[in-house]
Amino acid sequence: MNRQAQGVVLLLLGGAVLKASLTDVFLRYVKEGLQPFLIAAGAVLVVAAVMTLVHDLRQQLGKGQARDSADDGHGHDHDGHGPAVGWLLVLPVIGLLLVAPPALGSFAAGQAGTALSSQAISDYPPLPPGDPAEISVLEYASRAVYDNGTSIGDRTVKMTGFVSPGAAGELMLTRMILSCCAADGRPIKLGMTGGAPVDLPADTWIEVTGKYSAKVGTDAVNGEQIPYVDVQTWVRIDPPRNQYQ
Amino acid sequence: MSDVTAQTTEGHHHPGAPTGESEPPPERPRRVFGDRIGSVEVLTAVLVLLVVFRGPVSGAISSPRLQTWTTVFVSVMVQAVPFLVFGVVLSAVIAVFVPPSFWAKALPRHPALAVPVASVAGVVLPGCECGSVPIAGSLIRRGVTPAAALAFLLAAPAINPIVLTATAVAFPNNPEMVVARGAASLVVAMVMGWLWLRLGKAEWIRLPRRHDEGLGKLTAFWAAVRHDVIHAGGFLVVGAMAAATINVVVPERWLLTLADNPVLSVLALAVLAVVLSICSEADAFVAASLSQFSLTSRLVFLVVGPMVDLKLISMQTGVFGRRFATRFSPATFMVAVLVAVGVGAVIL
Repeated sequence: MNRQAQGVVLLLLGGAVLKASLTDVFLRYVKEGLQPFLIAAGAVLVVAAVMTLVHDLRQQLGKGQARDSADDGHGHDHDGHGPAVGWLLVLPVIGLLLVAPPALGSFAAGQAGTALSSQAISDYPPLPPGDPAEISVLEYASRAVYDNGTSIGDRTVKMTGFVSPGAAGELMLTRMILSCCAADGRPIKLGMTGGAPVDLPADTWIEVTGKYSAKVGTDAVNGEQIPYVDVQTWVRIDPPRNQYQ
Repeated sequence: MSDVTAQTTEGHHHPGAPTGESEPPPERPRRVFGDRIGSVEVLTAVLVLLVVFRGPVSGAISSPRLQTWTTVFVSVMVQAVPFLVFGVVLSAVIAVFVPPSFWAKALPRHPALAVPVASVAGVVLPGCECGSVPIAGSLIRRGVTPAAALAFLLAAPAINPIVLTATAVAFPNNPEMVVARGAASLVVAMVMGWLWLRLGKAEWIRLPRRHDEGLGKLTAFWAAVRHDVIHAGGFLVVGAMAAATINVVVPERWLLTLADNPVLSVLALAVLAVVLSICSEADAFVAASLSQFSLTSRLVFLVVGPMVDLKLISMQTGVFGRRFATRFSPATFMVAVLVAVGVGAVIL
C-alpha cells in the first residue's frame, strides 16, 4: 500500500466519520456523548490525509527538479509503504457512506435476553408530572419489577418503542439500551396486555399509553422477568431520532 | 532516488533491498499520479461501481442477520475510531516530541522496578484498549524496556478512572467488583511484565520499520499518525469483523447453559471476553447483564477483556509482529484467568 493510497484511505475514513457525526447517522451506532470526539477524530484523520497527500505530491514534484540532491538518495520510496491490511479501512467507509445500516432492531432483541438486571436501582422517585406521564420502557420495566409497580400506582403512562416478537410470537414493546456502542446493545422487553396491538410487522415503532399490570412473564433467552403493561391505546409513530436509550 | 511508479504501485516494497535506482526515461512525460494504473485508481473504480450499484448491494444485505452484522461492525469501528485516533496522536507525540532521555528519567533504571511503575502509570490514560497498542509500540521505539511498555499496555485500558467508574455504575450492589477489577488487572500487568523479563526475547517484537529520520518534526508527526492509523486501524477492522460475527452467530441461550458449572462458567466468560472484543469502557455493563453467572466468572470477563481480545490480538500482530502476538496473547489469557479467579476468591 503506497503512501498516496494511504492518504486517500485516511481521507475517506475521516470524511465518513465526519459525515456520520455531523448528521444523526452516528446515533445508530454509538452514544450521543461521543459526538464531539468523533468530530475531532474525523478532523485529525482528514488533516493527516491532507498532510500525507501534500507531502507525497511535493516529493514527487521535487524529484523532477532535484534529482541530484543528496538527501534524496537513500531510498525514500520505502518510507511511505504500509501493509495491505490498511486497505480494510475502506470497509467501514463503505459501511458508513453507502450502506449506513439501521439501528439494532428486533433481530438483535430476539438474540439477547432482557437486560433489566443490569439497571436495578433501589430508590424510585415519583413519576414525572403529566397525564399520561411520559417515561421510558426501561424506567417502566425497572419500576414494575424492582418496585412492584408501587411508584407507578394508578397513573397512566406513555412509552415509545418498537415491537419485536417473543418466543410464542406475541408482540413485545422493546427498546435497546446502549452503554457504549451497538456491540453491547441489549434489549429491554415489555409484554403487552389489554388493547395490545396484534399483527404488526417487527420493528414497527409505536407509542403506547397504558397502566401498570401485575402480570409478569419470563424471557425465553435468559429467564429474566418481563413485566407487562395494560395497554389502553397505541399509535404507529416514526422512529425517534435516537433509537437507543 | 526513486522512480515515480514505485511510489504509486503496489508490490514494489522489498525491505532491505535497494530498489528505486532506475530512473524513468527522461523523454517520458512525468505525471503526478504515476504512469500506470495504481492502487488508488483501482480503489476509485471500486467505489464508483459501489455507488452505481448501491441499490442491489444494499438489497443483498437486507436479511436481518446480515444487517445486524453490518450494524455491529460499523458501530465497533465508529466507537473505536476516537480512541484509536487519540492513542495514535499520543503515540506520535511520544515518538516525535518526547526525547528518549525523558523515559530514562521517568522510569526506574532497573527493569524489574520499571514494570510496576509503568503498570500504575496506566491510570492516567483515559481510554480503551485500541489506543494503548500504538502507544506501547511507540514507547518501545523510544527505548523504554519492553517489559515496562507491555505492563503499561495491559494495565492502561483496565485501571483508568473512566473504566473503573463505569464498573462502579454497572455494579451498584457490588462495589467490591471495582476493587477486585483494579487489583486483578494490576497484578496481571505486573506478572506479565516480569514474565517478559524472565522469558521474553527481544527478537519476538518486530516493530514495523518507520523512516522518520531526516524529516521535519511536523512532517514526522503526521507521518507517524498516518503510519499508526493504517497499521493498527487495518487490524482493528479484522477484529471488528470477528466481533460482529460472534455477536450475530452465537445466541445468548447457548452461553447460559454453562452458567451453573463453576469451572465452565469461568472458561465460558473468559472466552466470551476474547471473542466479543467489547471496549473496556462498556464491558462492565455487559458483565452486569450476565446475571446468571457467578461474580467471579464475571470478574474474569472484566479482567481478560481489556487485555486479550480478537481486535487486540489482531492489532498486536500488526504493531509488534506475529511471533510476539502468538506468544503474548495466550500467556496473558492464562495469567489473567488465574489471577482473576484468585482475586475473586479473596475479595468477592
